[in-house]
Amino acid sequence: MSDDFWAIVTILGMTAATVVTRSFFFLSEKPWTLPGWATRGLQYAPVAALAAVIAPEIVMTGGHLTDTWRDARLYAALAGLLWFHRRRGVLGTIVIGMAVYLPLHVGLGW
Amino acid sequence: MTALWRHPQFRAGLRDVAMVAPGLSAWGVMTGVAIVKSGMGTVAVLLMSTIVFAGSSQLAALPLIVSGAPIWVILATAFCVNLRFVVFSLHLRAYVMHQPLWRRLLSGYVMADLGYVLVTRRFPEPPTDPAGIAALEAYWAGNGLAGWGSWTAATLVGVALGNQVPLSWGLGFAGILALLGITASLISTRLRVVSALVAASAAVVAIALPLKLNILTAIVAAVVVCLLIEKTRPGRIGRAHPR
Repeated sequence: MSDDFWAIVTILGMTAATVVTRSFFFLSEKPWTLPGWATRGLQYAPVAALAAVIAPEIVMTGGHLTDTWRDARLYAALAGLLWFHRRRGVLGTIVIGMAVYLPLHVGLGW
Repeated sequence: MTALWRHPQFRAGLRDVAMVAPGLSAWGVMTGVAIVKSGMGTVAVLLMSTIVFAGSSQLAALPLIVSGAPIWVILATAFCVNLRFVVFSLHLRAYVMHQPLWRRLLSGYVMADLGYVLVTRRFPEPPTDPAGIAALEAYWAGNGLAGWGSWTAATLVGVALGNQVPLSWGLGFAGILALLGITASLISTRLRVVSALVAASAAVVAIALPLKLNILTAIVAAVVVCLLIEKTRPGRIGRAHPR
Protein backbone atom coordinates (compact mmCIF):
# COMPACT_ATOMS: atom_id res chain seq x y z
CA MET A 1 0.00 0.00 0.00
CA SER A 2 2.72 2.47 0.95
CA ASP A 3 4.62 1.42 -2.20
CA ASP A 4 1.57 2.30 -4.23
CA PHE A 5 1.23 5.62 -2.41
CA TRP A 6 4.76 6.63 -3.40
CA ALA A 7 4.19 5.44 -6.95
CA ILE A 8 1.13 7.69 -7.14
CA VAL A 9 3.03 10.69 -5.72
CA THR A 10 5.78 10.01 -8.29
CA ILE A 11 3.25 9.87 -11.12
CA LEU A 12 1.65 13.15 -10.04
CA GLY A 13 5.14 14.68 -10.00
CA MET A 14 5.82 13.32 -13.50
CA THR A 15 2.59 14.90 -14.72
CA ALA A 16 3.76 18.20 -13.25
CA ALA A 17 7.07 17.69 -15.11
CA THR A 18 5.10 17.26 -18.34
CA VAL A 19 3.14 20.47 -17.77
CA VAL A 20 6.12 22.54 -16.60
CA THR A 21 8.46 21.54 -19.44
CA ARG A 22 5.80 21.97 -22.13
CA SER A 23 4.70 25.35 -20.73
CA PHE A 24 8.14 26.48 -19.59
CA PHE A 25 8.31 29.71 -21.57
CA PHE A 26 4.55 30.32 -21.22
CA LEU A 27 4.81 30.88 -17.46
CA SER A 28 6.17 34.43 -17.25
CA GLU A 29 4.08 37.24 -18.67
CA LYS A 30 6.95 39.69 -18.87
CA PRO A 31 7.00 40.99 -22.43
CA TRP A 32 10.08 40.10 -24.42
CA THR A 33 10.71 39.02 -27.95
CA LEU A 34 13.19 36.55 -29.30
CA PRO A 35 16.17 37.90 -31.19
CA GLY A 36 15.85 37.40 -34.95
CA TRP A 37 18.52 34.70 -35.17
CA ALA A 38 16.71 32.63 -32.54
CA THR A 39 13.41 32.91 -34.39
CA ARG A 40 15.11 31.78 -37.59
CA GLY A 41 16.92 28.99 -35.79
CA LEU A 42 13.77 27.62 -34.19
CA GLN A 43 12.26 26.74 -37.55
CA TYR A 44 14.92 24.02 -37.81
CA ALA A 45 14.10 22.63 -34.35
CA PRO A 46 11.01 20.48 -35.07
CA VAL A 47 12.62 18.42 -37.80
CA ALA A 48 15.81 18.13 -35.74
CA ALA A 49 13.93 16.92 -32.65
CA LEU A 50 12.10 14.23 -34.58
CA ALA A 51 15.20 13.08 -36.47
CA ALA A 52 17.09 12.87 -33.16
CA VAL A 53 14.35 10.77 -31.57
CA ILE A 54 14.01 8.26 -34.41
CA ALA A 55 17.56 7.86 -35.79
CA PRO A 56 18.91 5.82 -32.84
CA GLU A 57 15.77 3.67 -32.88
CA ILE A 58 16.46 2.73 -36.50
CA VAL A 59 20.24 2.28 -36.74
CA MET A 60 21.30 1.34 -33.19
CA THR A 61 21.08 -1.84 -31.11
CA GLY A 62 21.89 -1.88 -27.40
CA GLY A 63 23.69 1.48 -27.48
CA HIS A 64 25.85 0.73 -30.54
CA LEU A 65 25.46 1.10 -34.29
CA THR A 66 23.80 -2.05 -35.64
CA ASP A 67 26.62 -4.13 -37.15
CA THR A 68 24.54 -6.33 -39.44
CA TRP A 69 22.43 -5.69 -42.52
CA ARG A 70 19.99 -8.32 -41.29
CA ASP A 71 17.91 -5.78 -39.41
CA ALA A 72 14.25 -5.40 -40.32
CA ARG A 73 14.17 -1.76 -39.13
CA LEU A 74 16.55 -0.58 -41.87
CA TYR A 75 14.44 -2.01 -44.69
CA ALA A 76 11.17 -0.91 -43.10
CA ALA A 77 12.41 2.68 -42.72
CA LEU A 78 13.74 2.66 -46.30
CA ALA A 79 10.45 1.33 -47.66
CA GLY A 80 8.50 3.90 -45.64
CA LEU A 81 10.69 6.75 -46.93
CA LEU A 82 10.36 5.57 -50.54
CA TRP A 83 6.59 5.45 -50.15
CA PHE A 84 6.57 8.95 -48.69
CA HIS A 85 8.78 10.24 -51.51
CA ARG A 86 6.31 9.01 -54.14
CA ARG A 87 2.94 9.43 -52.42
CA ARG A 88 3.40 11.90 -49.53
CA GLY A 89 1.24 10.04 -47.03
CA VAL A 90 2.17 9.44 -43.38
CA LEU A 91 -0.37 6.63 -42.98
CA GLY A 92 1.04 4.87 -46.06
CA THR A 93 4.54 5.26 -44.62
CA ILE A 94 3.43 3.38 -41.48
CA VAL A 95 1.52 0.67 -43.36
CA ILE A 96 4.21 -0.03 -45.97
CA GLY A 97 6.94 0.13 -43.33
CA MET A 98 5.18 -2.39 -41.08
CA ALA A 99 4.39 -4.60 -44.11
CA VAL A 100 8.15 -4.86 -44.64
CA TYR A 101 9.06 -4.96 -40.94
CA LEU A 102 6.78 -7.67 -39.57
CA PRO A 103 7.65 -10.50 -42.04
CA LEU A 104 11.38 -9.80 -41.69
CA HIS A 105 11.28 -9.36 -37.90
CA VAL A 106 8.75 -11.98 -36.81
CA GLY A 107 9.30 -14.37 -39.75
CA LEU A 108 13.07 -14.29 -40.24
CA GLY A 109 14.04 -12.93 -36.84
CA TRP A 110 15.93 -9.95 -38.33
CA MET B 1 -15.57 27.57 -25.75
CA THR B 2 -18.27 25.95 -27.89
CA ALA B 3 -17.00 27.97 -30.84
CA LEU B 4 -13.85 25.86 -30.62
CA TRP B 5 -15.61 22.63 -31.54
CA ARG B 6 -17.61 24.22 -34.37
CA HIS B 7 -14.66 25.84 -36.10
CA PRO B 8 -13.53 23.92 -39.23
CA GLN B 9 -9.93 23.99 -37.94
CA PHE B 10 -11.01 21.83 -34.98
CA ARG B 11 -11.76 18.99 -37.37
CA ALA B 12 -8.57 19.71 -39.28
CA GLY B 13 -6.67 19.27 -36.01
CA LEU B 14 -8.41 15.96 -35.32
CA ARG B 15 -7.80 14.77 -38.88
CA ASP B 16 -4.09 15.59 -38.98
CA VAL B 17 -3.54 13.53 -35.83
CA ALA B 18 -5.78 10.73 -37.10
CA MET B 19 -3.49 10.33 -40.13
CA VAL B 20 -0.65 9.18 -37.88
CA ALA B 21 -2.67 7.72 -34.99
CA PRO B 22 -2.33 4.08 -36.14
CA GLY B 23 1.45 4.16 -35.78
CA LEU B 24 1.51 6.14 -32.56
CA SER B 25 -1.25 3.94 -31.13
CA ALA B 26 0.84 0.82 -31.69
CA TRP B 27 3.56 2.59 -29.71
CA GLY B 28 1.03 3.55 -27.02
CA VAL B 29 -0.15 -0.07 -26.75
CA MET B 30 3.42 -1.23 -26.16
CA THR B 31 3.87 1.50 -23.53
CA GLY B 32 0.71 0.24 -21.80
CA VAL B 33 2.06 -3.30 -21.85
CA ALA B 34 5.31 -2.07 -20.29
CA ILE B 35 3.40 -0.12 -17.61
CA VAL B 36 1.28 -3.08 -16.53
CA LYS B 37 4.30 -5.41 -16.56
CA SER B 38 6.05 -3.08 -14.08
CA GLY B 39 3.86 -4.57 -11.36
CA MET B 40 2.59 -1.28 -9.89
CA GLY B 41 -0.82 -1.20 -8.18
CA THR B 42 -4.02 -0.65 -10.16
CA VAL B 43 -4.47 3.02 -9.27
CA ALA B 44 -0.84 3.81 -10.12
CA VAL B 45 -1.09 1.91 -13.42
CA LEU B 46 -4.24 3.80 -14.44
CA LEU B 47 -2.83 7.20 -13.45
CA MET B 48 0.44 6.49 -15.28
CA SER B 49 -1.57 5.54 -18.39
CA THR B 50 -3.90 8.53 -18.39
CA ILE B 51 -2.35 11.69 -16.94
CA VAL B 52 1.42 11.68 -17.54
CA PHE B 53 1.03 11.87 -21.35
CA ALA B 54 4.74 11.74 -22.21
CA GLY B 55 5.75 8.40 -23.71
CA SER B 56 9.51 8.74 -23.47
CA SER B 57 9.49 9.92 -19.85
CA GLN B 58 6.99 7.17 -18.94
CA LEU B 59 9.26 4.51 -20.42
CA ALA B 60 12.35 6.05 -18.82
CA ALA B 61 10.72 6.22 -15.36
CA LEU B 62 9.29 2.68 -15.23
CA PRO B 63 12.51 0.82 -14.46
CA LEU B 64 13.38 3.46 -11.85
CA ILE B 65 10.00 3.13 -10.13
CA VAL B 66 10.29 -0.67 -10.16
CA SER B 67 13.79 -0.56 -8.67
CA GLY B 68 12.61 1.79 -5.91
CA ALA B 69 14.75 4.77 -6.94
CA PRO B 70 14.29 7.97 -4.86
CA ILE B 71 11.46 10.14 -6.10
CA TRP B 72 13.72 13.10 -6.90
CA VAL B 73 15.83 10.92 -9.20
CA ILE B 74 12.72 9.81 -11.08
CA LEU B 75 11.38 13.36 -11.40
CA ALA B 76 14.78 14.71 -12.49
CA THR B 77 14.89 11.97 -15.11
CA ALA B 78 11.39 12.80 -16.35
CA PHE B 79 12.29 16.50 -16.49
CA CYS B 80 15.49 15.90 -18.47
CA VAL B 81 13.85 13.48 -20.89
CA ASN B 82 11.24 16.22 -21.43
CA LEU B 83 13.79 19.00 -21.96
CA ARG B 84 13.08 19.19 -25.69
CA PHE B 85 9.60 20.44 -24.79
CA VAL B 86 11.23 23.51 -23.19
CA VAL B 87 12.62 24.34 -26.64
CA PHE B 88 9.17 23.80 -28.15
CA SER B 89 7.61 26.15 -25.57
CA LEU B 90 10.10 28.85 -26.50
CA HIS B 91 8.94 28.52 -30.12
CA LEU B 92 5.24 28.41 -29.22
CA ARG B 93 5.30 31.28 -26.71
CA ALA B 94 4.13 33.83 -29.24
CA TYR B 95 1.19 31.56 -30.10
CA VAL B 96 -0.33 31.43 -26.60
CA MET B 97 0.60 34.55 -24.61
CA HIS B 98 -2.80 36.16 -25.26
CA GLN B 99 -4.38 33.36 -23.16
CA PRO B 100 -4.82 33.36 -19.35
CA LEU B 101 -2.32 31.30 -17.36
CA TRP B 102 -4.55 28.25 -16.76
CA ARG B 103 -5.26 28.06 -20.47
CA ARG B 104 -1.57 28.35 -21.34
CA LEU B 105 -0.78 25.49 -18.97
CA LEU B 106 -3.49 23.36 -20.60
CA SER B 107 -2.23 24.35 -24.06
CA GLY B 108 1.25 23.28 -23.04
CA TYR B 109 0.11 20.02 -21.44
CA VAL B 110 -1.44 18.67 -24.64
CA MET B 111 1.50 19.74 -26.85
CA ALA B 112 3.61 16.61 -27.28
CA ASP B 113 6.08 16.11 -30.16
CA LEU B 114 3.39 15.42 -32.74
CA GLY B 115 1.21 18.36 -31.74
CA TYR B 116 4.12 20.78 -31.84
CA VAL B 117 5.18 19.63 -35.28
CA LEU B 118 1.65 19.76 -36.70
CA VAL B 119 0.77 23.17 -35.19
CA THR B 120 3.97 24.81 -36.47
CA ARG B 121 3.45 23.15 -39.87
CA ARG B 122 -0.08 24.54 -40.23
CA PHE B 123 0.73 27.91 -38.62
CA PRO B 124 4.35 28.74 -39.56
CA GLU B 125 3.86 32.24 -38.06
CA PRO B 126 1.77 32.99 -34.95
CA PRO B 127 -1.50 34.59 -36.11
CA THR B 128 -2.22 38.09 -34.81
CA ASP B 129 -5.71 38.85 -36.14
CA PRO B 130 -8.84 37.57 -34.31
CA ALA B 131 -9.83 35.18 -37.13
CA GLY B 132 -6.34 33.72 -37.24
CA ILE B 133 -6.25 33.28 -33.47
CA ALA B 134 -9.66 31.57 -33.51
CA ALA B 135 -8.39 29.18 -36.21
CA LEU B 136 -5.19 28.48 -34.25
CA GLU B 137 -7.05 27.77 -31.01
CA ALA B 138 -9.57 25.50 -32.72
CA TYR B 139 -6.79 23.60 -34.49
CA TRP B 140 -4.80 23.34 -31.26
CA ALA B 141 -7.85 22.00 -29.38
CA GLY B 142 -8.64 19.37 -32.02
CA ASN B 143 -5.00 18.39 -32.24
CA GLY B 144 -4.56 18.15 -28.47
CA LEU B 145 -7.79 16.24 -27.91
CA ALA B 146 -6.96 13.71 -30.64
CA GLY B 147 -3.35 13.42 -29.50
CA TRP B 148 -4.14 12.90 -25.82
CA GLY B 149 -7.20 10.76 -26.53
CA SER B 150 -5.55 8.37 -28.97
CA TRP B 151 -2.41 8.00 -26.85
CA THR B 152 -4.40 7.36 -23.66
CA ALA B 153 -6.83 4.95 -25.33
CA ALA B 154 -3.96 3.00 -26.89
CA THR B 155 -2.06 2.86 -23.59
CA LEU B 156 -5.17 1.54 -21.81
CA VAL B 157 -5.58 -1.11 -24.52
CA GLY B 158 -1.98 -2.15 -23.80
CA VAL B 159 -2.71 -2.26 -20.06
CA ALA B 160 -5.76 -4.47 -20.71
CA LEU B 161 -3.92 -6.80 -23.10
CA GLY B 162 -0.95 -7.04 -20.75
CA ASN B 163 0.91 -10.27 -21.30
CA GLN B 164 -1.05 -11.28 -24.39
CA VAL B 165 1.06 -9.03 -26.64
CA PRO B 166 4.58 -10.43 -27.02
CA LEU B 167 7.08 -7.58 -26.83
CA SER B 168 9.22 -9.57 -29.29
CA TRP B 169 6.93 -8.65 -32.20
CA GLY B 170 8.25 -5.13 -31.99
CA LEU B 171 4.89 -3.51 -32.77
CA GLY B 172 6.19 -0.32 -31.16
CA PHE B 173 8.27 0.23 -34.28
CA ALA B 174 5.08 1.51 -35.93
CA GLY B 175 5.45 4.60 -33.72
CA ILE B 176 8.92 5.22 -35.11
CA LEU B 177 7.56 4.86 -38.65
CA ALA B 178 4.83 7.39 -37.83
CA LEU B 179 7.45 9.87 -36.62
CA LEU B 180 9.57 9.09 -39.70
CA GLY B 181 6.65 10.01 -41.96
CA ILE B 182 6.09 13.28 -40.10
CA THR B 183 9.80 14.09 -40.28
CA ALA B 184 9.70 13.55 -44.05
CA SER B 185 6.64 15.80 -44.31
CA LEU B 186 8.58 18.61 -42.59
CA ILE B 187 11.50 18.52 -45.01
CA SER B 188 10.45 21.35 -47.29
CA THR B 189 13.83 23.04 -47.82
CA ARG B 190 17.44 21.93 -48.31
CA LEU B 191 18.45 23.37 -44.96
CA ARG B 192 15.83 21.24 -43.26
CA VAL B 193 17.45 18.19 -44.87
CA VAL B 194 20.70 19.40 -43.31
CA SER B 195 18.93 19.88 -39.98
CA ALA B 196 17.54 16.33 -40.03
CA LEU B 197 20.87 14.75 -41.03
CA VAL B 198 22.92 16.70 -38.47
CA ALA B 199 20.43 15.92 -35.69
CA ALA B 200 20.22 12.23 -36.63
CA SER B 201 24.03 11.88 -36.66
CA ALA B 202 24.49 13.84 -33.43
CA ALA B 203 21.82 11.82 -31.62
CA VAL B 204 23.58 8.59 -32.62
CA VAL B 205 27.08 9.86 -31.75
CA ALA B 206 25.95 11.26 -28.39
CA ILE B 207 23.83 8.24 -27.43
CA ALA B 208 25.99 7.53 -24.37
CA LEU B 209 24.86 10.76 -22.67
CA PRO B 210 22.56 10.03 -19.73
CA LEU B 211 18.86 10.97 -19.52
CA LYS B 212 18.40 11.10 -23.30
CA LEU B 213 20.36 14.35 -23.36
CA ASN B 214 21.61 13.22 -26.80
CA ILE B 215 18.31 14.51 -28.20
CA LEU B 216 18.74 18.01 -26.81
CA THR B 217 22.38 18.02 -27.95
CA ALA B 218 21.26 17.02 -31.43
CA ILE B 219 18.62 19.77 -31.65
CA VAL B 220 21.14 22.43 -30.62
CA ALA B 221 23.78 21.10 -33.03
CA ALA B 222 21.35 21.04 -35.96
CA VAL B 223 20.03 24.56 -35.30
CA VAL B 224 23.55 25.98 -34.92
CA VAL B 225 24.79 24.32 -38.12
CA CYS B 226 21.79 25.57 -40.10
CA LEU B 227 22.19 29.13 -38.78
CA LEU B 228 25.89 29.09 -39.69
CA ILE B 229 25.11 27.90 -43.21
CA GLU B 230 22.41 30.58 -43.53
CA LYS B 231 24.96 33.16 -42.47
CA THR B 232 27.69 32.10 -44.88
CA ARG B 233 25.34 31.72 -47.84
CA PRO B 234 22.83 34.56 -47.41
CA GLY B 235 19.99 34.59 -49.88
CA ARG B 236 21.00 31.39 -51.63
CA ILE B 237 19.03 29.06 -49.46
CA GLY B 238 17.63 31.69 -47.18
CA ARG B 239 14.57 31.29 -45.02
CA ALA B 240 12.45 28.25 -45.38
CA HIS B 241 9.04 28.67 -46.92
CA PRO B 242 6.93 26.17 -45.00
CA ARG B 243 3.69 25.08 -46.54
